[in-house]
Amino acid sequence: MITNAIGRAVPEQIEGYGRVKPFAGAFNTPPDMKRAAPAVKMRRPGESKLHGSLEEVFRAIPVKDGMTVSFHHHFRNGDYVLNMVLDTAARLGIKDLTVAMTALFPVHKPLLDHIKNGVVTDITTNYMSGPVADAVTRGILKRPVIMRTHGGRHRAIECGELKIDVAFIAAPACDDYGNLNGVMGPAACGSLSYAMADAEYADHVVVLTDFLCDYPLSPVSISQTRVDYVVKVDAIGDPKGIVSGTIRSIKDPVQLRIAQMAANVIKASGLIREGLSFQTGAGGATLATAQYLSKMIEEAGVTASFSVGGTTSFIVNMLNRGLLRKILDVQDFEREPIESIGSNPNHLEVSVDEYANPFNSGCIVNRLDTVILGATEIDMDFNVNVTTGSSGLIMGGSGGHSDSAAGAKLTIIVANLLRGRLSTVVDKTLTVTTPGESVDVLVTERGIAVNPLRKDLLEKMKAAGLPVKEIGELKAEAEKLAGVPGKIKTGDRAVAAIEYRDGTIIDVVRQVLD
Amino acid sequence: MSSLKPSQAGTLESNDIVITVGLGSKGEGIVIEMQSTVFAQYGEQIRKVIEDTVKGQGIADIYIKAVDRGALDCTVRARTLTALSRAGVEIKEGQVWS
Repeated sequence: MITNAIGRAVPEQIEGYGRVKPFAGAFNTPPDMKRAAPAVKMRRPGESKLHGSLEEVFRAIPVKDGMTVSFHHHFRNGDYVLNMVLDTAARLGIKDLTVAMTALFPVHKPLLDHIKNGVVTDITTNYMSGPVADAVTRGILKRPVIMRTHGGRHRAIECGELKIDVAFIAAPACDDYGNLNGVMGPAACGSLSYAMADAEYADHVVVLTDFLCDYPLSPVSISQTRVDYVVKVDAIGDPKGIVSGTIRSIKDPVQLRIAQMAANVIKASGLIREGLSFQTGAGGATLATAQYLSKMIEEAGVTASFSVGGTTSFIVNMLNRGLLRKILDVQDFEREPIESIGSNPNHLEVSVDEYANPFNSGCIVNRLDTVILGATEIDMDFNVNVTTGSSGLIMGGSGGHSDSAAGAKLTIIVANLLRGRLSTVVDKTLTVTTPGESVDVLVTERGIAVNPLRKDLLEKMKAAGLPVKEIGELKAEAEKLAGVPGKIKTGDRAVAAIEYRDGTIIDVVRQVLD
Repeated sequence: MSSLKPSQAGTLESNDIVITVGLGSKGEGIVIEMQSTVFAQYGEQIRKVIEDTVKGQGIADIYIKAVDRGALDCTVRARTLTALSRAGVEIKEGQVWS
């Protein structure tokens, strides 16, 4: 074990992953490698890419034991492709696959059977919730799951650390030569950002589509030059699963109070000005913050330059009303943004490389003024956990959390101080997903806390009359109401390693024993 | 305590607890069966509050089932007392806010 820069004990070596580089600070481990590159390819005129079945493609590649197969999660809890591909692998007797899926949801429960029957032995992902996440935390896999950030996954692929043998891309629309987009067809999902690195760097690229179009398709998100096989299937996903419960209009007065305070924090920091850029999430208070922020932008008579990240109908509405100049979109949560990205030239699909990769010549999050993020737990050093829940089970992951937090000038965490009986503010988070150095302000219903590293902000918050408290005071208030929580007991074995966006290990998740 | 009848108080809403009182056998003591969404963090504390509340009413043998959704101590105490009252226990006021 070695202790990293935030005091977490991490192993020196992880089986199947290699030597661990301990987290050393958000920008303290610069790259020292060349970009990886897959084999150069050739296609003769007249060759067809269209295949009748997945089995046929598996044999043509051929998919072998021990390969890494990759997937993207734009269908979220409505995805059919991962299960379909693994069922095919099982039928063909393939074993020991590594699944590199950008995010795993309850719909991927059949993956557990494929772990039990030896088809899948390893997983790497940026987020997971549901039965697979539970089983992983209880120790179903021999080796730890590597959990990355969205930007970190792109970086790992580009630096040759995550080598993808076969990428499976779910395409809402595709022609027979592999040009594809996400904005047409019965299962349109909008942006296809997460699949772009896979298409660029995998040895073999397979597209599954349920909407085969005439050549040449336009618009093109991923081009024919990177696609090797096209397979027509009955359905790639259930569009209803895209909106898997994250979007609700907020009526909870506690969340509204938090959101209003968060918007006031942005105002007090002086960022409500011409050209403001921001990122908000789709859940609870972060969505409500966007509504207050929008009102402030309108009242100030300014225009925001861009919004980045997952896109909601509310953000589309801001674009249409002229309060926002561009949407830079990696994922769509609702019908309206899917329609908008297909029709509005100021609503742009961007790759994860552009969005959040820390190892390129500059990603979009570096240009963010402010980001509003959630937290399951936050500790006295402002370290945030969005990976494990109250029982120690994995129920999330960074996604873009650490990426945006690192890039933005003002990173705001919005969270109820008490959820049920549990305090969000704790001595030490069970798991660290995002380091405290990239978190600036915590906003709760019982007051806000400013990271002591940001004395400049503290002055501004106080001057604006906001209810500023020490983070320790918030913890004490929570304990006064709910009592001091007992510690969760975990086993010693690491079931997941949390890789920071720069490829260092920031923490591990330990096995939950029942 | 042979005059007790089965009773219940509380809901399964977040921050509440359902307390069900059953008949305990003489000499078996206070038997508490418990489920909680915050069992790892507060299981012991919830058990202690229920036990203290029951003892405060002078009851020695009772079966209680608690299904907790993150209730605070005051709620646990209130739901326990209400369930006891519905079961036929004459609540001693002095003990209520101890």
